Parts: sequence; C-alpha cells; structure tokens
Amino acid sequence: MAQHKVNYLADGGAPIALTTVDKIVNFGRSNSLWPMTYGLACCAIEMMATGASRFDFDRFGTIFRASPRQSDVLVIAGTLTKKHAEFLRRLYDQMPDPKWVISMGSCANTGGMFNTYATVQGADRVIPVDIYLPGCAPRPETLQYALMMLQRKIRKEPAKLAQKAKRLI
Amino acid sequence: MRAYKPKDNLQKKSYHNDRFYIKPTLKRGSVYDDSTFSADYLSLSNIVEITESYIELDHLVIYIKPEDNIKTIEHLKTVRAYDFLVELSAIDYISSRGGFEIFYEMLSTSKRKRLRVKTFIKDGEAIESVENIFRMANWSEREMYDMFGIVANNHSYMKRILMPDDWQGYPLRKTYPLHGDEAAQWYEVDKIFGKEARDIIGPELRDAAAIDRYDTTRFARLGHEVPYGTDISDGNEPDTPIRYQEEGGVALFGKKLVTPFDEIESKNLEERR
Repeated sequence: MAQHKVNYLADGGAPIALTTVDKIVNFGRSNSLWPMTYGLACCAIEMMATGASRFDFDRFGTIFRASPRQSDVLVIAGTLTKKHAEFLRRLYDQMPDPKWVISMGSCANTGGMFNTYATVQGADRVIPVDIYLPGCAPRPETLQYALMMLQRKIRKEPAKLAQKAKRLI
Repeated sequence: MRAYKPKDNLQKKSYHNDRFYIKPTLKRGSVYDDSTFSADYLSLSNIVEITESYIELDHLVIYIKPEDNIKTIEHLKTVRAYDFLVELSAIDYISSRGGFEIFYEMLSTSKRKRLRVKTFIKDGEAIESVENIFRMANWSEREMYDMFGIVANNHSYMKRILMPDDWQGYPLRKTYPLHGDEAAQWYEVDKIFGKEARDIIGPELRDAAAIDRYDTTRFARLGHEVPYGTDISDGNEPDTPIRYQEEGGVALFGKKLVTPFDEIESKNLEERR
C-alpha cells in the first residue's frame, strides 16, 4: 500500500507522456530495424564492418537476423545475378510486413560495372526498393547514413500506411 | 543501309588497326629439344596418332584426334606420370573453322613438366568424358557444356554448372552477345512475374552513361533527390542537403558540455568598475 499521496496534477507529478499511436509505433519500428544477413558480394564485407564493433550497428537498434521471418529490412549487399533473382524475390516475400529494402552499392542499384548477360540491371527490377545507396563499395558510414534516412522515412509515414504491402507491379 | 555485322562472331572488335602492326608470335621448338618431352612423345606416339607437336613456353603441345582422348589421357597419367589434370575447356573457332578446340592442361609433379593435349571437334559433335580418369574433369566438363554447349559422353551428371538450368544459349560462344539474347535480358522478369509483366517493368537500361534528369528512379541530380514518382518535369526539384537533425526529432546536438573560450561572449562595461 502506498504510504504517501502523489499529487498527479502537480507539475512533474504524473508519470505520463502524451503522444500519438503513429508516433509510438514508428518509434518502435524505426529503432529496432532488424536486417537480414544477406551478403551477395564485396559490399557484404562493408555491411559486416558496419555491424561489427568499430562502426557498431547495434546502437541504432539494428541487429542482423539469420532468418527472413524475423527481419524487416533487406540490405541487398552486392551483385545480384539472374540466377539468384528468384531467390531474392522469395526471401523478400518471406519477410513479414512492414518491410523495407536498402539497395547497397552500384551493382544492386543499376547492375554497376557488370553490364553483362548474367547480372540483373538493378535490383528494383525484382523487388521494390526504398533507399538506393551509391558507392562501390559504400563505406560503413554511408550504410549507417542510409539506415538513418530509412529511420527518418519510417517516422514520417503513418503507421497504418506502412503496413500496406508494397508492390512492384 | 545498316552496317554489316557478322552473325557468327558478335564480340566487339578493335575499332583501330595499326597498318604496320606485327603480331607477336611465340617460338616453337622441336619435341626433341627436351629429353623428357621427347620420351613422352615417343611413348605416346606408339599408342595414338599425333597430328602435330611442338614445345612452346616450356609446354609440350600435342594434337590428337578427338576419339583418342581417353587413351591419351590414360596413358599420360598411368605410364608417363602426368598426375594432375589442371584444366580442361574449349575454344570457339566456329567462325573460322566450324568447331571447337578442346584442350587438356596436364602437370607432372614428379617430372616437374607441363603438357597440353589439344583436339578439334566440329560444332554439334560430342567428346568422350575423361571423368573416370581424373575426377576433376567432372566440373570442368560441366562448365564446358554450360559455356559452349559441348556434350561430354558418359559423364555422370551432364548438367549446367554456372548458369540456371532453364537458361537458353551458351554464353562463351562468340555468337552470344555480351548483353545476352532476348531470353537472357528478360530472364528474371519472365521467371518471377511472367511474360505479361514485361511491359510494366520495361527493358533493361544497358547504357551506363544514360542520364535522364526527370527520371526519379535514377540518380541524375545528387543533392536534389525526390521521392519515387514525384513529378519534376518543371525542373524545380528542391535541394535536399545532408541533414542529421530531423524535424521534430530528438535533438542530436544540444548544449555543449564545454564551451570554448572564444565562444564565450565578452561584456563591454559602460564604466570602470
């Protein structure tokens, strides 16, 4: 039993903060973005460096998960070959909504230097992409900035809208 | 009139040819210049028919008939102690000679000698697999089939190794364009979404230097990025500088812990204290 009385109406008395549902949902979503462990080529090395202690993705609440079922960000880190395109699509479909995609590096953006028969000329031909991150390969700071931009994007959009499935077609 | 392009060789050619260019050639020595190679050559010539042979860059090069390849490799491995098959592949000579040259690169670790067995097959012919002699040939022959379409008979698993199973065409042939044929260019779209999605997704953008300022999916104007699908045809896309502080967000750069001396405002006194 409480022995002393709390004056809730007094300044600083009430342990209550007022906010909107959108804001609190987006606060949770944007600060616990869990990317899938999905490295395709040399950009994956930079992605690993971003996750490791020197650059430390954990301070953004970003923890790499080994399963598409547990992740809500897909970082396409590297060259997407035509043979692999269907698997990327399958993994993207396996991720639960809401989900976001960062296309990391020139190869994932446009095919990059691999202007050949075997490379997908831009991952956005297969899945919808939220953030295109230029560079070959992008530095870890760049990937972190891309994640911050994604967080900003998530905070801006209404929580309900974010649940709507994005469609490429 | 359209410029003539040879259909049997679609690879890019050099646009400039030096009139006085002399093609460098490698010196070819006789087989009998080297005692080890001459012994190998004489031993092998008793077994199979050798059409041509020479020593080039310390390699013994032997040309045989395609039906003799099993016998040759077997003999070189068991009798002549060439215990490694280093590489096996083909070279496209369809436009000039109507077929492929197949080569087997071999190494003897005990004799410290390298040797190359070459043979020529016509386009559409198959060659006998050497997989039972060297296990390494399993993947190399699959790669040869994948890239050139040359079938190795009696191979245990004759299937594409690099390209997807439903791929059309053989990419390393000179008749295959670098950007791929139509099936290759639409491969991922056809496979994932179906052929009817081609119109919606559109063809691949193969020109790396193409810049369309009003295309919001590309990176035409850095620092002026706009959300996807925004109409910027009036040419007034807003400036988006790099900002770490977001509107209405938690203040990233609040009050400093330590204020440098020269940032402390000085006070001018009206009169002496």
